[in-house]
Amino acid sequence: MGRYIVKRVFLAVVTIWLVATITFFLMFMIPGGPFLAEKSPSPATLEALNRKYGLDQPVIVQYKNYMLNLLKGELGESIKQRGRTVGDIISRGFKVSARVGGISILVSVLIGVPLGCVAALNRGKWLDNLIMVVATFGIAVPSFVISTVLMLIFSIKLDLLPTYGLTSWQHYIMPVIALSFYPTAYISRLMRTSMLDVLGQDYMRTAKAKGLSQFKMLFKHALRNAILPVVTYLGPLIAYTLTGSFVVEKIFTIPGLGNEFISSITGRDYTMIMGTTIFLASLVIIMNLVVDIAYKIIDPRIKLK
Amino acid sequence: MSEPLLNIQHERLSFFTPAGEVKALNDVTIQMYQGDVLGIVGESGSGKSVTAYSIMGLIAHNGKIIGGTIDFNGHRINELTEKEMQKIRGNEVSIIFQDPMTSLNPVFTIGNQITEVIRLHTNKSKKEALERAEELLNLVGINEPKKRLKQYPHELSGGMRQRVMIAMALACEPKLLIADEPTTALDVTIQAQILELMMELRQKIDMSIIMITHDLGIVASMCDKIAVMYAGKIVEYGKTEDIFYNPKHEYTRGLLRSIPVLTEKEHRKLVPIEGTPVDLLNPPKGCPFAPRCNSCMKICLREMPEYTYITEDHYSACWLLQKEAYMKGGENS
Repeated sequence: MGRYIVKRVFLAVVTIWLVATITFFLMFMIPGGPFLAEKSPSPATLEALNRKYGLDQPVIVQYKNYMLNLLKGELGESIKQRGRTVGDIISRGFKVSARVGGISILVSVLIGVPLGCVAALNRGKWLDNLIMVVATFGIAVPSFVISTVLMLIFSIKLDLLPTYGLTSWQHYIMPVIALSFYPTAYISRLMRTSMLDVLGQDYMRTAKAKGLSQFKMLFKHALRNAILPVVTYLGPLIAYTLTGSFVVEKIFTIPGLGNEFISSITGRDYTMIMGTTIFLASLVIIMNLVVDIAYKIIDPRIKLK
Repeated sequence: MSEPLLNIQHERLSFFTPAGEVKALNDVTIQMYQGDVLGIVGESGSGKSVTAYSIMGLIAHNGKIIGGTIDFNGHRINELTEKEMQKIRGNEVSIIFQDPMTSLNPVFTIGNQITEVIRLHTNKSKKEALERAEELLNLVGINEPKKRLKQYPHELSGGMRQRVMIAMALACEPKLLIADEPTTALDVTIQAQILELMMELRQKIDMSIIMITHDLGIVASMCDKIAVMYAGKIVEYGKTEDIFYNPKHEYTRGLLRSIPVLTEKEHRKLVPIEGTPVDLLNPPKGCPFAPRCNSCMKICLREMPEYTYITEDHYSACWLLQKEAYMKGGENS
């Protein structure tokens, strides 16, 4: 186990280096730059700015400098948001996004897993059909539609919930619903399929033949086997949801990290692009490692190599 | 004689599928006494497993007992609620399944799975249950039981897993053990070991066994009585020697003809039973075996024969016997 983790961490470093390198060169292939705007600065100003941020040097030299800084753990300063470091912006945004995202994931699992189980246990009956229709709906409808419809109903018509910001618990309700709709639907479908598979297994018949109650059969014998696909899905889901959603954060005016991903690219904020990309990549890698270890704990047949 | 341990009377059981009603059991009657070893033989789909599962209430949700009664150890099984049934399963009657490779839950240790059934049906503490589990593993001949209790099913061989299944089934010293083709998935040397173990344990615990198999060799060596099933019906029932040396039903004779004999010098050809089993969605009106029977008569296609008793506990449902019985009756009168 210890050796396995060391190996994975080493691989993670290599992966992050590759991601950083590819992103770095791709970024410079996109036309435009951070200082281009409708009213371009004078050539003299532009030159001074470029020199200040080291953008006048050849790309390969810039790459070398960036990587050396990265080794020291420095992500540099944002080019567009003057005076703020990239690390600072990410940590502030992440705190907000992770809170909203974390709640959403919790909600998705707590609703999706039981729904999938209920659907599987009632296979072919109206309850199963109902759950699956709702789940298909949840997968098909994009979050911006859900967000706007929620706003229309709960804020404008019923005047129950606030439309923007994150200052009280009521503020969390709509963004959390919007964010958890898709994963809830997806998890319930996954859960239903794997639960049906598990319920048909011979060891479930053995469990019944022992005289176990339906409840114990389901929660002890079936759930642990059926949850594996959901765990697989949760790894990347957690990474992507914790780092925020551009759409939902825009609509509910949440000062999260999701916003920074998109605005850094549209604004050619080179250091921010690198920072957010490396951050997301690291998170995905960490979550995948966590999932693999969780797998080993849930299913003893799995060997970590 | 005393009360039978198991008394199935005229059981009818159907599965209701989208294609229609599959009549899996048609008037099955079995009586078993404490200590009996009954073999149920027949080809796939003849209803041998369904009969056994219905004793335990393990029938799939689309299957329903639509007639007859099942009495076991003082319980009217077909009238019990699921809750009441749970107290009997694994306690008074247990089962060993065909495939030990898939019958144990892969994510729990052997110890966990054995103690689970002990703690469910007794008041034993966790520690006592573990001690009992160790004792059981010893009983079924598993070496290093302490170590095995901590292992997962995938760390054990097929034969070992079947021993674990047996240990689990015997945990509460059941009155009746159902063995549903317990050795089909195992290789031959292990098969013999498992069967030997079962017979040994039967004497130690004094339980009855229902042995479901299509292997006539197994029933010959293990069982006192044999029920031959065809198309959801017991076509012949009798003591093992009756079935082997004095078979009365054409189907039983067919089964016996299809066993290879190793001792014969000449290469005797195996005689298969021609044709295919009946479609239980639309069972024929008469004897279900009639279309495949070499001695089929007109009446066989029209009407199902009643049982003819050759001796008190050897009976068979065949028109040929009725004729014989009739003629005998005629001679006597």
